[in-house]
Amino acid sequence: MNHLSSETFKENARAALADVQLRGALKNATSLFGERRKEAAASLPNWEELRTQARAIKDEVLSDLDRYLKEFVRNAESRGAVVHRARDAAEANSIICGLAKERNARVIVKSKSMTTEETHLNDALEAAGMQVVETDLGEYIIQLANEPPSHIIAPAIHKTRQQVSELFATELGMPPTDDIAQMTSTARATLRDRFAAADVGISGVNFAIAETGTLVIVENEGNIRLTTSLPRMHIAMMGIEKVIPRFADLDVFLKLLPRSGTGQRLTTYQSFITGTKRDAADEGPDELHIVLLDNGRSRMLAHPVTRQSLACIRCGACLNACPVYQQVGGHAYGSVYPGPIGAVITPQLMGIEKAAQLPFASSLCGACRDVCPVKIDIPQLLLHLRAEISPRKGSTAERLAFKVWAKVMTSPSLYKLSSIAGRILQHVMPISRAWTSGRDLRPIESKSFHDLWSND
Amino acid sequence: MWNAGAATEGRPYSSARSANEMKVALFVTCLVDQMWTSIGVSSVAVLRRVGCKVEFDKRQTCCAQPAFNTGYLDEARVVARRFISIFEESKADAIVSPSGSCTAMVHHYPQLFAGDSEWLPRAQAIAARTHELSAFLVRVLGKEDVGASWKGRLTWHDACHGLRDLNLKSEPRTLIRNVRGAEFVELEYADACCGFGGTFSVKYPEISLAILDQKIDAIERAGVQAVVSGDASCLMQIGGRLSRKGSKVRVMHLAELLNESSQQ
Repeated sequence: MNHLSSETFKENARAALADVQLRGALKNATSLFGERRKEAAASLPNWEELRTQARAIKDEVLSDLDRYLKEFVRNAESRGAVVHRARDAAEANSIICGLAKERNARVIVKSKSMTTEETHLNDALEAAGMQVVETDLGEYIIQLANEPPSHIIAPAIHKTRQQVSELFATELGMPPTDDIAQMTSTARATLRDRFAAADVGISGVNFAIAETGTLVIVENEGNIRLTTSLPRMHIAMMGIEKVIPRFADLDVFLKLLPRSGTGQRLTTYQSFITGTKRDAADEGPDELHIVLLDNGRSRMLAHPVTRQSLACIRCGACLNACPVYQQVGGHAYGSVYPGPIGAVITPQLMGIEKAAQLPFASSLCGACRDVCPVKIDIPQLLLHLRAEISPRKGSTAERLAFKVWAKVMTSPSLYKLSSIAGRILQHVMPISRAWTSGRDLRPIESKSFHDLWSND
Repeated sequence: MWNAGAATEGRPYSSARSANEMKVALFVTCLVDQMWTSIGVSSVAVLRRVGCKVEFDKRQTCCAQPAFNTGYLDEARVVARRFISIFEESKADAIVSPSGSCTAMVHHYPQLFAGDSEWLPRAQAIAARTHELSAFLVRVLGKEDVGASWKGRLTWHDACHGLRDLNLKSEPRTLIRNVRGAEFVELEYADACCGFGGTFSVKYPEISLAILDQKIDAIERAGVQAVVSGDASCLMQIGGRLSRKGSKVRVMHLAELLNESSQQ
């Protein structure tokens, strides 16, 4: 089920619901992440205060993003980095392909980066004749399977151990096994060889610190450390919203991000990259290029309601908490950003007409808002997008139904009439066949409360 | 879990505000009005039992939530304006509704009228006066025990908007634990959505049902005779599935449970 479209969410979801293996994998993973997050958050007495602080820092940046970006660029460049600005995905990919070609790169290693997934960078590099190897284990698995990620931090969350074993048997020729350690060490051996051969390393960015020009990237496997230090050229791609003002702000974000994502107190590695090496004899890449990606973010920034979408730190907690994501998984959304935050940002990045179903793929339960470490009011954003979509793109029947509904609900006589009509019609027409296929519908009362009150 | 009857014997009624002075305007909600009138009847009985004077304006219809949640804000505003106009006329001290979801909608009115100098203050005033039933009993009146009794083992489902928009967690549980004879057990994932979500269950009935089945599994594991909640919509979703599966577990609105004493 690879490369599905957001436009067919309903069909994608139906197929996902019928996939027993997928639902088993999702249930295990989302509940495990959810429980761990809960424990990790509870272990910090000032959790709520940290969330408030994190949001305040993000709001500070977003209210004056240009200034913070300029400060970041100035400081990064003064330490030897070269900063590029890309208006959209095509521009970002072409900048990176150009840099790789200048290096005559044949092999490129990549660490996990949602932003490069967003621009479909791998396709562009491969089309330019280069071999691209994903080095995060989850990303490596889905690259071998030729699938997009299905979760922001756990890209292969939809795969069972059995499926990975079968994949490794086919793609890497290893004997099928149940032993995760054995599978990991096979992947590691293959990847080590690619690291050694790589001409360019491409990474994402978790935080970009304005006052020092430092890139901060967190991970557990050590592959980011290798990607950003072994090849002669390191290219980092980041959304323009990743900048934070001060080094000290990390105190807040490094407490929130791992706890919200995996339930860890700290990830195994935190890489801090400030410019290129100072001395030619030092280790590390000769060149550091930073690509700042807009790709619709300025549009989100411009609107006072949608602006908060850019506060997201891509922890994935809202996915794990979402009852819809828990059932259908990430691929159904047809976007590299699935789940509640995906339903919010995908229509804003890809255009509303391409993802008009996604803001409706939510029961508005609010569990996402509760777990968000930066307090994004996702239900409010979903409602905002629904209001953009429905009056213009809702079906004629639906738009008419709500016009009639408003008339009925503002007229006591029409309300009474429709109540009587409903009681009669329920016996001759199916109210909603889809609804009643799984549940019994409670019959309409023979006397409404309005009727009873007059008899009171 | 514990036996509520023994634990609460002789506990004095605390009182934040004397209920005898309180005049309450009931907003029964369109769903209760058309589909589940005993919730409205029970709400009135419970409010009267704690000393409130209850009025009901028969011009009332809907809170506007279906349109608001589906993105039809113009239609939602038309219906919300009418709600505000009707309840503004009431001299009642509070507007009380047996629904966390509809109460939360009224609390969203200021958002619906943001920037509207005429309607925003009116929306704010109405929102401030509107309370969900359990919140009104516990927070406003300070009534934690309304003298109900019901024999059996039961559990509570946190309806999402009551829980997350109105922060109702302890209030309904306190009221339930004080029902004599009722053995309360916590539901696993009590705060997980039942999958209803209004038009969501119509647009995506299969996903709604898949979410619902998680809830049904938890209810079955709890080994209860009844599952109680604060919203008729969730109860129709849960009850409809239990009924289809031939389950003996009954669904009950909190108002109905709290009214289970006059009959005994």
